[in-house]
Amino acid sequence: MTETDHRDAGRADGEVLIAVHNLTKHYGPIRAVDGISFEVRRGDVLGFLGPNGAGKTTAMKMITGFLEPDAGTVSVAGLDVAQDRLAVSRRIGYLPENAPAYGEMTVEAFLGFIAEVRQLEAPEAAIDAVIEVTHLRRVRGQTIETLSKGFKRRVGLAQALIHDPDVLILDEPTDGLDPNQKAVVQDLILSLSSDRCIVLSTHILDEAERVCNRAVILSEGRILVDSTPADLVTQAPGHNAVRFRVTDGDPAEVVAALSAAAWCAAARVLPNGEVEVEPYNGENRLNDMLETVGERRIADVRVREGRLDELFREVTRGVAA
Amino acid sequence: MSAGQSTPRASVAAGSSSGALALRFVGMRAVLRREFRGYFSSPLGYIFIVIFLIAGGYLMVSRDFGRFLEMREANLDALFSYVPWILVVLVPAVAMRLWAEERRSGTVELLLTLPITLEGSYLGKFLAGWAFLAVSVLLTWPAVFQVARLGDPDWGAIFLSYVASLLAAAVLLAIGLLFSALSKNQVVAFILAVAASVGFLLIGVPQTQEFVGKWFGGYVERVVSSLSLLDHFETLTRGLLQLNSLLFFVLFTVGWLICGMLVLSRTKTN
Repeated sequence: MTETDHRDAGRADGEVLIAVHNLTKHYGPIRAVDGISFEVRRGDVLGFLGPNGAGKTTAMKMITGFLEPDAGTVSVAGLDVAQDRLAVSRRIGYLPENAPAYGEMTVEAFLGFIAEVRQLEAPEAAIDAVIEVTHLRRVRGQTIETLSKGFKRRVGLAQALIHDPDVLILDEPTDGLDPNQKAVVQDLILSLSSDRCIVLSTHILDEAERVCNRAVILSEGRILVDSTPADLVTQAPGHNAVRFRVTDGDPAEVVAALSAAAWCAAARVLPNGEVEVEPYNGENRLNDMLETVGERRIADVRVREGRLDELFREVTRGVAA
Repeated sequence: MSAGQSTPRASVAAGSSSGALALRFVGMRAVLRREFRGYFSSPLGYIFIVIFLIAGGYLMVSRDFGRFLEMREANLDALFSYVPWILVVLVPAVAMRLWAEERRSGTVELLLTLPITLEGSYLGKFLAGWAFLAVSVLLTWPAVFQVARLGDPDWGAIFLSYVASLLAAAVLLAIGLLFSALSKNQVVAFILAVAASVGFLLIGVPQTQEFVGKWFGGYVERVVSSLSLLDHFETLTRGLLQLNSLLFFVLFTVGWLICGMLVLSRTKTN
């Protein structure tokens, strides 16, 4: 399956592995998570997007059972997290924020501890397998505190994966990594996504576009958007906007002509002299635009795709205001 | 990745009381082993043992304290009368990292989302610390040989002195663990635990009991006296195996452990 196939794959028929209903959490007077509900199915890679303090980490902590919600329920693989935390924890692999691990232990000893806690039938084989998957062979005898950030993050992923869980919860799995390390971790996540569900939080919108087949934008504890990254791109401001250079005539006149068109949301002359025209609702109006302007008067025509970060800014700014 | 499928080796029979008890302490053994090894994976554990032995040896033979060499008696009173005062400083040092470090580094989130109960992890840490303290206390064995060379010691009293030391270590460790669970900062946890432990020990000194007797009467004095770790410790080191002394240590250890677990469980709601 290619990356694009993966992102576009429909998962509506997959088994529901995480069901969150009306989840709420306060820290004193602050409402960190405000009645959110969603489901995640096998095969889904759901990206939690949102500004700092949006409630992403709190929501993840409640899904894993680390925090108790004030209201609402979470079930994982049909098991209620509040009632059956131990059974749920056997189905979940969790990478907490900053990938905490026991620094004084070697990678192998740390994974051995996790394997012992998880009572794996063949711990040595499980450790070997997960070390291969996460490319940790070179550092398996090294103490964790001496590893680079990238390796530490992979150790965190390894402990989350060692029992081959149905559900992976990854809190900012690539935060603080350099671009090469990010790519390695993202590839790893992509390779793991076919037969389980993954929930990851991230600030990096490119990462969500690359890795996730579903994106939820949270702000102030509420879900603002829940869709596929491909759909979100079409909802982004400026989607299907067209830019071109006027070769014959005054750009201002062209802008005036375009502004009069019923389908045109906005038209402007850019500082570099080019004209940009945005259609309503992100619809593709290239042909209408060419008809209005006249094809022979313009050059360098480009249709722009919407950008997730623009949508992100727009929806989260709206809430903050 | 199929090698790692989670298949618990020991399935617990649903509904049986021993099964229910075992479920409460899931993961205890793994935590115990990790923590116990942890004491010896850095120089700190060895430094602790050396300090304990030097302090014990010094107080035992010093002319200002134990006067063991001058007394030339075939008993270990010169050592064990000071053991609670050594432990009151050193046990918090053993306990301080157990939860404070987990909270500071964030591994508490990892630990408490693994298939480990809060009781299992808490008791695992307690038993690891206690086992480490037991190793430290038992390394005073050369003193026993020395006493045996001097005459015919009361072996029962010596045995009970070691039992008393381990029981006192357990109470003080449970106090230290509570303060370690309360703070992310190891130094703060250490200072609070020393203060609480010293306070707990001071209940037993004669001056405190005289003060209480003078101001609150004989009944309160007897109650305070019954809560004295030093009195119960001394009872055992004299070779008197009294049930109320054993119960004192067991009940207070369990009480402090339960308090610590309650404190830690608050992190799940906050």
